[in-house]
Amino acid sequence: MEQVIFYIFAIIIVVMAIASVTSRKILRAVIYLLMSLLGIAALYFMMQYNFLGAVQMAVYAGGIIILFIFAVLLVHQIEGKLEEPSTGRKIGMAALSLFGLGITLVTIYSHKFTVVEASKDFDVKDIGRGLLGTGEGGFILPFEVISIILLAAMIGSIIIAKGQKKEVKK
Amino acid sequence: MIENVSIYELLTLTTILFFIGLYGFLTRKNLITMLMAIELLLNTSVINFVVINKYLYPDVLQGVYFSIFIIAVAAAETALAISIIINLYRLRTSVDITETETMKY
Repeated sequence: MEQVIFYIFAIIIVVMAIASVTSRKILRAVIYLLMSLLGIAALYFMMQYNFLGAVQMAVYAGGIIILFIFAVLLVHQIEGKLEEPSTGRKIGMAALSLFGLGITLVTIYSHKFTVVEASKDFDVKDIGRGLLGTGEGGFILPFEVISIILLAAMIGSIIIAKGQKKEVKK
Repeated sequence: MIENVSIYELLTLTTILFFIGLYGFLTRKNLITMLMAIELLLNTSVINFVVINKYLYPDVLQGVYFSIFIIAVAAAETALAISIIINLYRLRTSVDITETETMKY
């Protein structure tokens, strides 16, 4: 049963990702990307990482996709189709991607993974304790660094998007 | 782990997704769609962290922490890139990479 659900989600994710990178209507490409990201969130839920699935849906589906839609609307690209890349370029890049895919798959399948059965369950409390832990295996320093990065990105994007200040006449 | 689904199937899925994103990044000419392809690439790396954590080291949560950090960095990167794109559009009235070649050489 779970296998069938996994394959359905995998097909949805891959088809939507292909549609997202090949669609010539930009707003549709954004929506296809949203579907793909939601399918990935479903994979996290299937792996019992509920918190991560919720983060994926909130940050990607709720935040980043909205940002993309706003950007598309702000640069007036809703109507009109994107320029089609030349056929030679498409074939060349597809061949390059397939070549890389083949090499990576051969490497993965020639490696023997030792899969371990889970012996305990985690909930959100453990994630919070680990992220804010100061002892061994605690992630308090990267957590604080990430908060500084987010603050810097926020201030930086406000300043960049604001543009040049007009000269005030006296 | 997901019942009856091996780690190989999950890693195959993420690899396929990664190279779809790479194909999109290499063929697109519009800055916003290139940024979308980069999001796809980052997200596949997040799934890889989660899958390897779940299948090979299920008793620790390190992969989950790294995934959260990658998601935070991706959000910051997208916000910055989109503000740059909007500013660029204001200056050039275009978001096509063939027209933004001041810093090319």
